[in-house]
Amino acid sequence: MSDKKKELKPNTYKFDTLSLHAGYQPHKNAGSRQVPIYQTTSYLFDDVDHAAALFNLERGGHIYSRISNPTVGVLEERVASLEGGTAALATSSGMSAIFLTVMTLCEAGDHLVVSSQLYGGTVNLFRLTLPKFGIKCTFVKPRDTEGFKKAIQKNTKGIFGELVGNPGNEIMNMPEIAKIAHDAGIPLMVDATYQTPYLCKPFEHGADIVIHSLTKWMAGHGSSMAGILVEGGKFDWMQNDKFPTMTKPYDGYHGLSFAEEFGPTAFTMKARAEGMRDFGPCLSPQNAWNVLQGIETLSVRMKKHCSNAEEMVKYLSNHESVAWVSHPSAPNHPDAELANKLLPNGKGSMIAFGIKGGKDAGVAFINNVKLASHLANVGDTRTLVIHPASGTHSQMDEATLKFAGLSHDMIRLSVGIEDIDDIKNDFEIGFRAARKPRLVSNQ
Amino acid sequence: MKFKVNGHEVFASTGGRPFDKKKPLIIFVHGSGLTHMTWVLQTRYFAFHGYNSLAVDLPGHGLSSGKSLKSIEEMADWVSDVIDAVGHKEASLVGHSQGCLVTVECTSRYPNKIKTLSLMGGAGAIPMNPELLSLAENNDPKAVDLMMDWAHGPAGHFGGHPVPGLYHINTGTMLAKSRTIQNTLGVDFRACNNYKNGFEAAKKIKCPTLSILATDDKMCPIKEGKKLASLIDGSQVDIIDNCGHMMLLEEADRVLTVLKKFITTNYPPLSS
Repeated sequence: MSDKKKELKPNTYKFDTLSLHAGYQPHKNAGSRQVPIYQTTSYLFDDVDHAAALFNLERGGHIYSRISNPTVGVLEERVASLEGGTAALATSSGMSAIFLTVMTLCEAGDHLVVSSQLYGGTVNLFRLTLPKFGIKCTFVKPRDTEGFKKAIQKNTKGIFGELVGNPGNEIMNMPEIAKIAHDAGIPLMVDATYQTPYLCKPFEHGADIVIHSLTKWMAGHGSSMAGILVEGGKFDWMQNDKFPTMTKPYDGYHGLSFAEEFGPTAFTMKARAEGMRDFGPCLSPQNAWNVLQGIETLSVRMKKHCSNAEEMVKYLSNHESVAWVSHPSAPNHPDAELANKLLPNGKGSMIAFGIKGGKDAGVAFINNVKLASHLANVGDTRTLVIHPASGTHSQMDEATLKFAGLSHDMIRLSVGIEDIDDIKNDFEIGFRAARKPRLVSNQ
Repeated sequence: MKFKVNGHEVFASTGGRPFDKKKPLIIFVHGSGLTHMTWVLQTRYFAFHGYNSLAVDLPGHGLSSGKSLKSIEEMADWVSDVIDAVGHKEASLVGHSQGCLVTVECTSRYPNKIKTLSLMGGAGAIPMNPELLSLAENNDPKAVDLMMDWAHGPAGHFGGHPVPGLYHINTGTMLAKSRTIQNTLGVDFRACNNYKNGFEAAKKIKCPTLSILATDDKMCPIKEGKKLASLIDGSQVDIIDNCGHMMLLEEADRVLTVLKKFITTNYPPLSS
């Protein structure tokens, strides 16, 4: 028998177990093995004292499903656990999660530094809508790390970006940009929808707030809209006077200081108490439940998404109809080294490629593939394609398209988990049609 | 609120209500390496119901300045100094884990000042696992990870936080890592390990005392809590099933209900 003393190891649950169990205890829910759907608007108070205590945040619990709901709460805890976060707040969509994050952080007169390579809807929020609330933004190209530093102003309250830009696949140097943000006393907010916590946990690389469109890979089934913001819990809101709504007494809750009372969960508490109360983009319990079904198989699906994507990168890179391919797994990707560091479990399933023949060829390709679905979503278990310049980013003018790194020949491919040979065969049909664009358009 | 004790600034959460000298005082003392925030689901209730609720950050912890105190006896004297510093003559004490050692020692030393004592996850002694102690003293974050694992029962490990959206283990981890581990957790663990007077101190306590214990507590096993309670005259004991050492968060409502009944009965609030 060995004399070697057994090393102490924390015995907390690992990723795959948390995907199935976190946030839920059956014995507290009539033994129901599946998470119940609490399809209700409101919750009984025991008495007047209990009601007052809930409204004053004296005790935990549910009041009204706009603010919180037990089914949604399971989803929030599950995602917080998977991300390594302290707390999470689910919303009706990814866009509402971004909006709520910004409105929790900023006031009129504030400024944000934002990566230029974002989903088109997010670009429009930062470029056109937030200025209407008095919040201005400076866009910086994701690879221009020094540019983020230069863009910070006295009234800058945070940096925002997608870890892997949509749709060009440029990667933000998250650790360095986090350091820039923290040196300036501001948080880094990262939209990690493309990665899911299976591929990357942004808190481990310096992010302070992580945002997901749960509609995408987290759910996977493409049936339900949902978003979430997750708090890392490390950011010290009291280190400077930039965030008075976090640190000073808040009239909306009897002079409560969120940072003093809730520390590592202060941001989420404020986003819920103020944001859900006043804006109300709540997630329905049915959609929360639907997303939970997807998360149960997250790691299994992501492995297949990534292996299929790597196969497609090889196939497209060698195809005569393809001008260029962009995916972090490609050895010639400018951010390949950074991708290996930040995405060790796989590089995701979003591929951008240029089709020879430009816009007409792209249109012909999209119109002729049969298995791949032409639609405005990503991260479905099914393979999806779109031509961004005429679809997701069509509301941008020519200059903005160029700044966002978009070209007219670009096709955005979200690789599904079908049999890889079937996806390739389908693409052959599309490419054949693309080589005869005039004929196709006359059909 | 902030005030000074022995020349150092002390932070104490007042539960969201202004401090009012006319109201009776309850002081909440946190466990090793933690902060006032562990009490958020108890302090706010008392603050809104006729008490001055002070969840202190021990010196060198959370938002309090100074260096961590090196012995339970020093911490006990410091709690007494806090009562003086805020202009009160007496207080009700509530402690969790290491905070139980501190409040037991304080109550035995200052019997005329302490009107009730509430202990959560308490014991008369908390000898530390030598490897855990060494990790904490060497600033190894694994010490926090181990503590969070052992300190949480099913609610902590699976989830089901009473506040929607919060995740127990990660929140506790961030609290414990908010200051340098060796200067907080390391010093606290050593102080717990060195403290030997708990059982003798308990025998001297005459004020109403409540012990809330949990069946799945691995940090301070329930038999140790019962042993301590048995040494205090007339001590009440409440046992929570299927719960770990962090009962003040894992079963916050149950803890609040029991605590509310005990304190309001034995140390009534200022009626409005």
